[in-house]
Amino acid sequence: MPNISVKINGIITSVREGVTILDACGTAGVDIPTLCYHPDLSLAGNCRMCLVEVEGWRTLAIACVTPVTPNMAVLTHSKKVRHARRTVLKLLLASHNANCSECERNKNCELQELAEKHNITNNEYQTSPKPESIEEVSPGIMRDNSRCILCTRCVRTCEELQSVAVIKPVGRSSSVTISTFMDRSLNDVPCTQCGQCVIRCPTGALFETSEIRPVWEAIENPDKFVVFQTAPAVRVGLAEALGLPIDRSTGQMVAAIRGLGVDRVLDTDFTADLTIIEEGHELISRLKGALVDNDESVALPMMTSCSPGWIKFIEHKYPELLPNVSTCKSPQQMFGALAKTYLAGKEVIDPASIVSVSVMPCTAKKFEKERPEMRDSGYKDVDYVLTTRELARMIDEAGIDFEKIEEEKFDRWMGDSTGAGVIFGATGGVMEAALRTAYEIVSGHEIPFDGLNVEPVRGMEGIKEAAITMPEKMATGFEFLAGVTLKVAVAHGLANAKILMDKVRAGEADYHFIEIMACPGGCLGGGGQPIPTSPEIRQKRTESIYAEDAALHFRKSHANPEIQLLYAEFLKEPLGQKSHELLHTHYIKRD
Amino acid sequence: MSEKKILIAAEQPIAGSALKKSLGMTSADVVFEVRESEIRGRGGAGFPTGIKWNLAGAASGSNKMVICNADEGEPGTFKDRYLIENYSLKLLEGMTIAGYAIGSSHGIIYLRAEYPYLIPVIEKAREDLIRENLLGENILGKDFNFDIEIRPGAGAYVCGEETSLIESLEGKRGVPRNKPPYPVNSGYLFRPTVVNNVETFAAVPHIILNGAEWFQDLGIGDCTGTKLFSISGDIENPGVYEMPMGSSIGELLEAAGAQDVQAVQVGGASGATITADELDRSLSFSDLPPGGSVIVFNSSRDMIDVLENFIEFFVHESCGQCTTCREGNVRLQDAVRLIRNGEISSMEELEPFFQLAEVMKIGSKCGLGQTSPNCFIDIVTKFIDLPAGKGGV
Ligand SMILES: Cc1cc2nc3c(=O)[nH]c(=O)nc-3n(C[C@H](O)[C@H](O)[C@H](O)COP(=O)(O)O)c2cc1C
Ligand code: SF4
Ligand code: SF4
Ligand code: SF4
Ligand code: SF4
Ligand code: FES
Repeated sequence: MPNISVKINGIITSVREGVTILDACGTAGVDIPTLCYHPDLSLAGNCRMCLVEVEGWRTLAIACVTPVTPNMAVLTHSKKVRHARRTVLKLLLASHNANCSECERNKNCELQELAEKHNITNNEYQTSPKPESIEEVSPGIMRDNSRCILCTRCVRTCEELQSVAVIKPVGRSSSVTISTFMDRSLNDVPCTQCGQCVIRCPTGALFETSEIRPVWEAIENPDKFVVFQTAPAVRVGLAEALGLPIDRSTGQMVAAIRGLGVDRVLDTDFTADLTIIEEGHELISRLKGALVDNDESVALPMMTSCSPGWIKFIEHKYPELLPNVSTCKSPQQMFGALAKTYLAGKEVIDPASIVSVSVMPCTAKKFEKERPEMRDSGYKDVDYVLTTRELARMIDEAGIDFEKIEEEKFDRWMGDSTGAGVIFGATGGVMEAALRTAYEIVSGHEIPFDGLNVEPVRGMEGIKEAAITMPEKMATGFEFLAGVTLKVAVAHGLANAKILMDKVRAGEADYHFIEIMACPGGCLGGGGQPIPTSPEIRQKRTESIYAEDAALHFRKSHANPEIQLLYAEFLKEPLGQKSHELLHTHYIKRD
Repeated sequence: MSEKKILIAAEQPIAGSALKKSLGMTSADVVFEVRESEIRGRGGAGFPTGIKWNLAGAASGSNKMVICNADEGEPGTFKDRYLIENYSLKLLEGMTIAGYAIGSSHGIIYLRAEYPYLIPVIEKAREDLIRENLLGENILGKDFNFDIEIRPGAGAYVCGEETSLIESLEGKRGVPRNKPPYPVNSGYLFRPTVVNNVETFAAVPHIILNGAEWFQDLGIGDCTGTKLFSISGDIENPGVYEMPMGSSIGELLEAAGAQDVQAVQVGGASGATITADELDRSLSFSDLPPGGSVIVFNSSRDMIDVLENFIEFFVHESCGQCTTCREGNVRLQDAVRLIRNGEISSMEELEPFFQLAEVMKIGSKCGLGQTSPNCFIDIVTKFIDLPAGKGGV
């Protein structure tokens, strides 16, 4: 498209033909308030917040959906526009349950911010706030329609990014609500609990099911031994959640959690490394079954299992493909099972007194920990799951100055991690980590990528593919893989997962291994991460993740010294009997 | 005023004669004739039909569609029902000519949910036309196919809005789309689509047979042709009347036998409300946009009740998609209640509501929200006595 000139507030600006007025204003450095617009989603044009005046038009224009045309003259703060914006805000607030101090999104709310920016201090329109209507039954997500402004960002997220489409506007007129089929609870529809809707909601209408209270209670209980694990993506989100620039903050995170009064601060990255060992061996054994033993029952491609939103998705939508999913538990659940067995032994502590808390970039992890299968330690393997946002709130409440705090290190036994564990937080990371280890196991050599960086599986492309040909000379026992080209695929966001699964189901895919993350960008874009989210924000978090990987001494999971110790002292061997008891699981078909 | 009837005249052209004539012309000439007639859409918005057809004809895209809007949801409107009941052959013929003009072979009639008894009527007309080779494959031996299916409406007023209608036809929730793109470029299933009102299609055969100039001469000035009105309310002879475009509202009332007139609502709930002093105003796109319905209120009516009814209608019928309409109508309803309860006593106190009405008009997504404040503005300024004195215009 050629460039055209448009006039914005009297100033001539050159923009590409066909871009929206909103984009054109962005180019011109003019800020337009928006609510229903989101850079990840299709255009809805329903909130009417972005109204602007276009010379010669009878009506105002909706900046977020209206394309510019040559010589269009736009006014963004004329009297008409100002009146319209203030009216839209007053209308929204008039039916809004605006008790901000009791709201999850207080001080991080787009409606509140716009109301403040536009000086809405009184409302001429009679107010009739919707009554509070908190739905508490789902383990990961809660809804309160009294704070919903009907922007449909959640609806578009669920449908467009996740292909789940369980929430929709229902009814009409002033009784429209965002609801599920037959107004069921999110628990009783195929919601994956991914929380992608939560991080795109501009207000406090959607939020995670909070577990801050029981975690404080455990910390304050002297008889409890509180063990925290922190997922890879939390360390690149926490600073942001505390209002600081996006950056990795592993050392400060450890120190701050310790500052809360926690007994042990350990790392989910450790069990990410463990996942790689177990899953890598599982893949090799499946390949052997298929290639050497010609075993028809071996399901390939094998698919990763660390994203609980993805697991719930496949259980609902593609149950016939469940045999393809790795039996490995997610790193969170491997950690939980080991905390109350292996760690209890190392620390000489009664497992019954251990409270295992994980900090996750994810709301689906809250659901996952409640699965009845997740009690292999003899206890509930993970007691509580906090999102990155909830941890930030606890740090705030404790008065810890995150900017000033000295960096500290994780505690031992399950605190060592490698770069391979860290990159679990980004899309393609599990694949890259698995390839770093599996290639070396079967060939005896490091994977032939510059600096161990498996670039083809990195990046924000929705579906990525790579093919890696094994050398002719293999390590003993793995000769069957000599010269074999391993085909892999990576998808993030369930809409992309769906595309891949449809291919697999139709028999049109010849991959050996597929990595799926439910959330766009991988865990760093998870439903428990700081709000807002956008492609740029996820890009920055991704850069932080790979910077952390590059900075670590160990880059390959099998090089993790504590992992080596764990196998030597406790598990004995990958896919061994102890592993099967504690680290592997099964899945169920769901309606 | 002369009884210039064409649409509902006793004498009607032979079915198929206009189509026959059209097929002897190029499709461009058919569009040209319609454009020259300057007929404007009879569904309310008054968009020039010839321009619409031209755009759809020129649009790139296959499987173009011709859709007849027979949703007729505006309270007090029943002229489309009348046309279908009595002149469905002409409607189908008009649609077929449109199909030929824009290069479409598929027509749909989106029929108001409350009109199921019209389905057999249309079906019979369709079968008659097929038998005469005026519909179906190789119409009149030419390389032109066109067929028409009937689809029942979803029962909501807003589904009469053309993009909402299209969403509804696609099996989705009937809510208006953002424009652009317009249906002529991307309508039903993203295909170039012409949506016209029943009456618009019904006028087409007359235009083709008698020529654009003849049609222009039927009206007054730049308001060409004749127009149907459904008149109801406090009058002696409610019903459907045909008048030249540009006739005065007084002439229409006279024909329908109105004695005692306090107010007239022209163009349905979303139209203008005028007083007995304004009866010389004309039914035209430049003055009182002539939607289908004209409702007369005599002096026994309390206009605040009338207003309350209209606003309630809009509160109920808003699709709830956009803020200004969904929330705005509720707040206008508040204002009516405040006036009724004497809690608003002066025009100054109403100022925020007039401002709101203005924002609704220029800031809502579709015609519903853009026109729903009209009744509020008109009735409050012209008919309501506030304790601190009548507003005046
Ligand atoms: C809320 C709303 C309801 C409408 N209902 C109808 C209707 O029932 N029938 C109709 O022909 N047009 C209706 N319209 C107008 C249509 O959107 C569209 O302009 C019309 O069908 C185009 O046909 P025409 O150009 O022949 O008038 C409605 C518009 C709005 C905003
Ligand atoms: S959603 Fe925003 S405006 Fe509403 S109560 Fe919460 S913080 Fe306040
Ligand atoms: S949590 Fe995920 S699946 Fe559930 S409603 Fe939200 S976006 Fe949809
Ligand atoms: S729940 Fe949030 S995202 Fe969904 S419509 Fe309401 S305000 Fe918008
Ligand atoms: S103006 Fe009203 S009816 Fe039209 S889209 Fe907006 S809410 Fe729906
Ligand atoms: S941001 Fe443009 S209408 Fe909502």
